[in-house]
Amino acid sequence: MAAYRSAAGFQRVLHAVKHVCFSKQRCGVIICRYSTVYDPTEKTFDKILIANRGEIACRVIKTCKKMGIKTVAVHSDVDSSAVHVKMADEAVCVGPAPTNKSYLNMDAIMNAIKQTGAQAVHPGYGFLSENKQFAKRLAAEGVSFIGPDTHAIQAMGDKIESKLIAKAAKVNTIPGFDGVVKDAEEAVKIAGEIGYPVMIKASAGGGGKGMRIAWNDEETREGFRFSSQEAASSFGDDRLLIEKFIDNPRHIEIQVLADKHGNALWLNERECSIQRRNQKVVEEAPSTFLDPDTRRAMGEQAVSLAKAVKYSSAGTVEFLVDSKKNFYFLEMNTRLQVEHPITECITGLDLVQQMIRIAMGYKLQHKQSDIPINGWAIESRVYAEDPYKSFGLPSIGRLSQYQEPLDLRNVRVDSGIEEGSDISIYYDPMISKLVTYGKTREEALKKMEEALDNYVIRGVTHNIPLLREIIVHPRFVSGDISTKFLPEVYPDGFKGHMLTAGERRELLATAAALYVAAQLRSQKFLGDLRVSVVPAESRQWELCVELDKGVHMLGVSRSGNNYTVEIDGEKVEVSGEWNLASALLPLTINGKHRTLQCLLRTAAGEITLQYLGTSFKLRVLSKLAASLSKHMPEKVPEDTSSILRSPMPGSVVAVSVKPGDNVAEGQEICVIEAMKMQNSMTAAKAAKVSSLTHIHKLIHNPPRYSVHHKSI
Amino acid sequence: MATYTLMRSSLGLLHGLKCSFKSVGQIPYAGALTRSKVLQNARCYSVSHLSVQERIEQKRKAALTGGGQLRIAAQHKRGKLTARERLELLLDPDSFVEYDMFVEHRCSDFGMEADHNKYPGDSVVTGQGRINGRLVYVFSQDFTVFGGSLSGAHAQKICKIMDQAMMVGAPVIGLNDSGGARIQEGVESLAGYADIFLRNVMASGVVPQISLIMGPCAGGAVYSPALTDFTFMVKDTSYLFITGPDVVKSVTNEDVTQEELGGAKTHTTVSGVAHRAFENDIDALLNLRNFFNFLPLSNKDPAPVTECHDPRDRLVPGLDTIVPFESTKAYDMLDIVHGIVDEREFFEIMPNYAKNIVVGFARMNGRTVGIVGNQPKVASGCLDINSSVKGARFVRFCDAFNIPIITFVDVPGFLPGTAQEYGGIIRHGAKLLYAFAEATVPKITVITRKAYGGAYDVMSSKHLRGDVNYAWPSAEVAVMGAKGAVQIIFRGKENQAKAEAEYVEKFANPFPAAVRGFVDDIIQPSTTRKRICRDLEVLASKKQTNPWKKHANIPL
Repeated sequence: MAAYRSAAGFQRVLHAVKHVCFSKQRCGVIICRYSTVYDPTEKTFDKILIANRGEIACRVIKTCKKMGIKTVAVHSDVDSSAVHVKMADEAVCVGPAPTNKSYLNMDAIMNAIKQTGAQAVHPGYGFLSENKQFAKRLAAEGVSFIGPDTHAIQAMGDKIESKLIAKAAKVNTIPGFDGVVKDAEEAVKIAGEIGYPVMIKASAGGGGKGMRIAWNDEETREGFRFSSQEAASSFGDDRLLIEKFIDNPRHIEIQVLADKHGNALWLNERECSIQRRNQKVVEEAPSTFLDPDTRRAMGEQAVSLAKAVKYSSAGTVEFLVDSKKNFYFLEMNTRLQVEHPITECITGLDLVQQMIRIAMGYKLQHKQSDIPINGWAIESRVYAEDPYKSFGLPSIGRLSQYQEPLDLRNVRVDSGIEEGSDISIYYDPMISKLVTYGKTREEALKKMEEALDNYVIRGVTHNIPLLREIIVHPRFVSGDISTKFLPEVYPDGFKGHMLTAGERRELLATAAALYVAAQLRSQKFLGDLRVSVVPAESRQWELCVELDKGVHMLGVSRSGNNYTVEIDGEKVEVSGEWNLASALLPLTINGKHRTLQCLLRTAAGEITLQYLGTSFKLRVLSKLAASLSKHMPEKVPEDTSSILRSPMPGSVVAVSVKPGDNVAEGQEICVIEAMKMQNSMTAAKAAKVSSLTHIHKLIHNPPRYSVHHKSI
Repeated sequence: MATYTLMRSSLGLLHGLKCSFKSVGQIPYAGALTRSKVLQNARCYSVSHLSVQERIEQKRKAALTGGGQLRIAAQHKRGKLTARERLELLLDPDSFVEYDMFVEHRCSDFGMEADHNKYPGDSVVTGQGRINGRLVYVFSQDFTVFGGSLSGAHAQKICKIMDQAMMVGAPVIGLNDSGGARIQEGVESLAGYADIFLRNVMASGVVPQISLIMGPCAGGAVYSPALTDFTFMVKDTSYLFITGPDVVKSVTNEDVTQEELGGAKTHTTVSGVAHRAFENDIDALLNLRNFFNFLPLSNKDPAPVTECHDPRDRLVPGLDTIVPFESTKAYDMLDIVHGIVDEREFFEIMPNYAKNIVVGFARMNGRTVGIVGNQPKVASGCLDINSSVKGARFVRFCDAFNIPIITFVDVPGFLPGTAQEYGGIIRHGAKLLYAFAEATVPKITVITRKAYGGAYDVMSSKHLRGDVNYAWPSAEVAVMGAKGAVQIIFRGKENQAKAEAEYVEKFANPFPAAVRGFVDDIIQPSTTRKRICRDLEVLASKKQTNPWKKHANIPL
């Protein structure tokens, strides 16, 4: 493995007594994403409490296990059978489902620490990871916080202060207002001074929460209101700041690692430009955009910032990079980032292990010259969300079937859920981080396609269609990306994969072949039969396949498992095992290997196939049934234009209308909060509100919330 | 008997017999001769100056066009297919063998004896054919001929195939689309209904009988579907009622539409008369083909086994976490069913009626099984009148046709209250108890959570000859929930909370049942499929008989 060979250089420096390779081992080939190389004689913590949930809690526990450290999980009551709870040696329930009563409940977590005797706490990301109070309380109790010191969290956690420090450390910064904005009117005034567009963001914020872009005064006022609400609910701190919004930038961040002895390293960059609503979707390391000089300049500035705040532990310095490779300091995240695995892939380091060592007070093991860039790693964030609505609105549900593509080589999946898990409205809707690795970017991208095609997720709506489209888009493939990639590439919203004529034929042929395979199987009865079965002998089928209102007549012939499908004079050869129970359909279509997924197959000929990431609804009928279907009555779907339905589950935080009100088109009806995002629901047409029904505090299913408004 | 109004205006059209042959041209029939041969043999013996061959030809053509092109067009316009088109879709290609194509009605009153009022085959198409290669007897009422009304001849044709189906041992499928009795025939038509009813009753429990209502079915006619094992309907185009809206209005002054009175929605959600409804004719017939594969041909045959791609020993990890921690929280029993059965395929019977119990067909390692499960999502999964009757009828069908029954139990008890008591929950609840107790097919029971009180006994318990009874670790087999029990045991005493905790510790777990052998094992939920598949293999040779009796006396 490439990452390994050149990493050997710095490994030799270590006393690599025990060497555990982590991730999947298969067929004797070691597939290594990062290595936890540790010295058992090096004293470490006996027990660590992980103050987090989901995939990051699992990720931390994995390294702890390798290092021989006992682990304590904390969980809310709904998470009592979650994966991280099962993985940990001990688990403590810290409260009910809402995060402010459980994962943000410092008292309960402090009690859990006392109760279990944990010596250190790894906070993961989010929740209490950048909470200085928490770090202080831990320090007061003599418990180590696996992260930077309180002053660094405080300095970097405050966007205003961090900017001042960055300026002082000679780090490039964005022009803006270096102070707290008092109210919406002041925001408008400042915005006028800086010049539009401006970015309004929570001083305490991160992860895109409490962040709004405004292009005019009106949007500034609205943005101020939303951001301060979100900031208050997410961080308990509604202070906002404003800065110049750099249009069309790239988001590139530098991973730094610093110890308590004044040593700091930069572990290269991560390109995180593919975002929706300021949240990252696809990340890669390294970036296609940086040349070694820019990389070094950014790395050195990042390290000097880390040193300026006496930073210790792993941290990330985020930069905006414009088209001329000018880079501006954005913020420093004083925690382990979601996207840390891609850095681990290209450097071979286990960042969690490094954080634990640093928290123990050890010096860094590596020198800057030891840090390699080996190969290329891509990370796709697989979310339970509907990519057809604003590139992803959260969805919830139970994972009725779930299968990670782990039998593929060079694939790493960081997840904290399993088949049967519930994706609830209480927490982040992330299903997993799918990471693929290759010697080259091309190889890593190819692997990502394969991994996405082989990823089985049923029961919740997920964003694989979008991920699959991004990674094959010519602009992404060529590296021509920016933070506006999604709105630029899909100005009218994401619509799924657009089939070429050839792909369309492949899809139709597959559906037809699948239909015939199922038909043939339904004639196979086993055992002794009193009345013999007389199967309808046929080698030829004439079928009619509907796809997107297009109707195609197909001729199908079969020999064994091979089907030849004739569509409009063109022949498509489809062959495979035709295992009708399997979620995956590995096929060879015209000599090309393709993995499709059959999401639905009904007795009435409806077949839904996931092909190239997108699911397509088809209907296969015999020629006879198709010719008769013209007589079937058209069913008129219910008119829903006068009903406002929440597009996602969440809780209603504000209702701005009451029955009898007249509303204008686009007027706000209510605000739904889901996964810490506030979403304004607006009227689709001018109307009078006739009734407000089903306003529950929590909405579990979209149709449960409906506001009827009828036209005037 | 219901009314049928004749549209005489277009009858004369048949004389021409020049109708297009297109829509029916593909129907093969035995002994058909080529046109040229007919012409060669043409000899003019008859008064009509046509040879016998020509007359055969002519009659067959007439039979194939039913009530004629105009009527066929009208049928299509209503969104309905013709009797023959339906059979073509239902049966395997080229498998239909038609009986009684030359039968005509025998009525001579009201001008019915006239040639133009005679239709070869009359208002029903009958015969046998194959569905996925398996034998089935079918009749399909032809609405284009006298509105599908039932004449003596029509009934006789249906009786003929039913008699043969019983002798051969093959199911009967009826496609109903009939305005009612042939009023012109009077009592002969009524006699015809009774002949069919008798055969429905005689065939009950001998061969599966399925009715698919694809148009009106009113008056006495409704009792034939009601006597069959399964009644399916087509949404928006089918109706079942004793009397139509006009009579209802005149008798009770109640205003009601056909759809409200006896449409698919009414019967699948309110009355429980129909077992499933489908979108349209094509959808219904294709689904019926699929459904047919679950059924054995007769009570002499074992449950069918089809080729299965789903591994029999597949673990279902999701089941380990499906039952919520809090015993008051609901979950969806269908998630358990889908997870366990082959390929997540579950043909639910009455999915929208008495939803607190789930019943339907599925396969385990290819073999048909009947699934019964309490649904905690609806009314906590309690047993009430409707769910007891729904469950009982399903269990009895499975038992009659050698289909093993798998029961998933999460039942807090019978629903209390005046509505239930006045409605006779005692009598109706007894039906489910009766059905489980008398069943001699393999019975496997899995207690997923609550099994309280009498409802525990009812739900295929060990005491009712359950063959294999499992409990999940989350099972609570007890007389009642902790709170209620403590209020009785420690009435008026202090420290109820402590007593409640003690009760939970003692009874809210599978041990009290397991130590007594009332459950055979406490199993890891994820292994449930594997265990059931293995048990079914063993139980395939189960032989159990009830004492001889003329027939049992279920509390109806």
